[in-house]
Amino acid sequence: MSVLAIEAAGPGVTLQDGGRRSYLRFGITAAGPMDPLMFATANRALDKPLDATAIEISTGGVTVSASDGPLGLALVSVGFRATLDGEPLPPACALTLEPGRTLTVRAGSSGAWGYLAVAGTIDVPPVLGSTATHTRSALGGLGGRGLRAGDRLPVAQARVGEGAPQRLVAPWLDRDPAWIRVVLGPQDDYFAPDQIKAFLGRRWTVSPRGDRMACFLDGTPLAHARGHDIVSDGVAMGAIQVPGNGLPIILMADRQSTGGYPKIATVIGPDLGRLAQAQGGQELTFVAVSVAEAVTARRADAQALVGAVPREPVLRTDFPAEFLLGLNLVGGVTDGRDGAAKVA
Amino acid sequence: MSATPRILDAGEAALVVEFGTTVEPAISDRVLALDDALAGDPPAGLVETVPTYRSLMIHYDPLILDRDTLAGRVVALAEGAPARAAAPARWILPCCYDAPHGEDLAAVADLIGQGPEQVARIHSGATYRVYMYGFAPGFAYLGGLPEALAVARRPSPRPPHPTNAVMVGGGLAAVATVPMPTGWYVLGATPCRLYAPERSESFFVAPGDEIRFEAIAATAFATLAAREAAGERVARREEARR
Repeated sequence: MSVLAIEAAGPGVTLQDGGRRSYLRFGITAAGPMDPLMFATANRALDKPLDATAIEISTGGVTVSASDGPLGLALVSVGFRATLDGEPLPPACALTLEPGRTLTVRAGSSGAWGYLAVAGTIDVPPVLGSTATHTRSALGGLGGRGLRAGDRLPVAQARVGEGAPQRLVAPWLDRDPAWIRVVLGPQDDYFAPDQIKAFLGRRWTVSPRGDRMACFLDGTPLAHARGHDIVSDGVAMGAIQVPGNGLPIILMADRQSTGGYPKIATVIGPDLGRLAQAQGGQELTFVAVSVAEAVTARRADAQALVGAVPREPVLRTDFPAEFLLGLNLVGGVTDGRDGAAKVA
Repeated sequence: MSATPRILDAGEAALVVEFGTTVEPAISDRVLALDDALAGDPPAGLVETVPTYRSLMIHYDPLILDRDTLAGRVVALAEGAPARAAAPARWILPCCYDAPHGEDLAAVADLIGQGPEQVARIHSGATYRVYMYGFAPGFAYLGGLPEALAVARRPSPRPPHPTNAVMVGGGLAAVATVPMPTGWYVLGATPCRLYAPERSESFFVAPGDEIRFEAIAATAFATLAAREAAGERVARREEARR
């Protein structure tokens, strides 16, 4: 059996599948990808089930190699910096990783999550019906924890791709995190009309302290009309709760199944990934839409994933100048943060 | 409590079917009855349901199941669903209120102007109803907290509590299992694991069951926790006297 070896991994790099279903009623978190659309695109690029197990890459970055045989891979990590043995790769590409070569993915000036799918099946045992990792409850993935150097992921039915790396063309992933669509409620009646208006009218800043559980927002606090305690009810991914300090918290993939703060609005499914990709400091504005408009957007996303993901040859012009400059300066792998600093 | 529940949207892929806004057995019974009815004949596109104190969250796939179709079906089922027939169980859970387990016992005592011993006595003197799981694996939300212990949740969360914490907050009681940050106050800990993924009976307490806490010393806690860790279930079962 082929093996995908983890040579290095920053914190927050985990195995995810489509998420754990049917156990929310027992308080079991769904987990699953932070950016469902980008995750599904990586699997689609290899013609795999859209919810198949893949590696979710955090801004901590990851370095992998193949052992016991070559592995076909699809990397979809828009905004990240990817290199194969030091040579630049497009952040969305399909490639064959030969034994002895290393693929490195590091944070760039945009994006918070990337996905690495494998042509074959990452062979880890499902827990409660899913391989999705939820580190807080130590469930799923590899021993319920994040991946780290020395981990070896067995790959069943491994396949290889075409020879040279190819750029994946997925324009539906060019999303601006500056505006996020929401459906108001379920507890928008806990806020006076002027506070709803303020919620939608204000620019909020994504706090750097977010993780897979929640995205925290900084800005001018909102006021509650009827207090900040409600009798706990269900929590959907994207629920925007407003605790006592008035600053919205958006509950993401590793959220609790229920919660006790009023939820002023819910981020629509198609914009969850757009939000998840926002780095700390990103400013955003919420736009209210109807359920019907949200379903239309969801249908468009589903449509984008019906056909094969187009591929193109890799060109040197695919890479930002500062990325290439960084590679030349250090003669190999660079820290994407250096590039970001140079731009600034 | 109205006959027809409120239907609230939680985005385009979940509905909240709200039977009330308070913690009452009659409301919980209606939530669980609707949950039973949907489980008996689930529409295509229903993903999963989450019963809570006073509402049922229905996760659905809106590309398969239309929102208004689902809402109409829910209202019809809620108005016609029969009461639950199954008899509840009563569980006796040992609970240690002493140090180091009762981390926030003194804080709650200060809030309500009583001594820590009195807080433990009031807490262990009540009979609780299990309304729902939520928030974390095996985290059981309980009703029936005496009015004297009805302190509000903290305005912002405290650091993660230990496993199997027995807590109060917002007029409610709970048993937690996994260490998590929380807005609740930790009064003690039970050696019982309400969630044991490796045990064939991963969850033994069902929504609608009753729980009483039995105060134990820290030495007894250690003994019972060791038996529980070895795979035993140290909670005792009695038939509820309703």
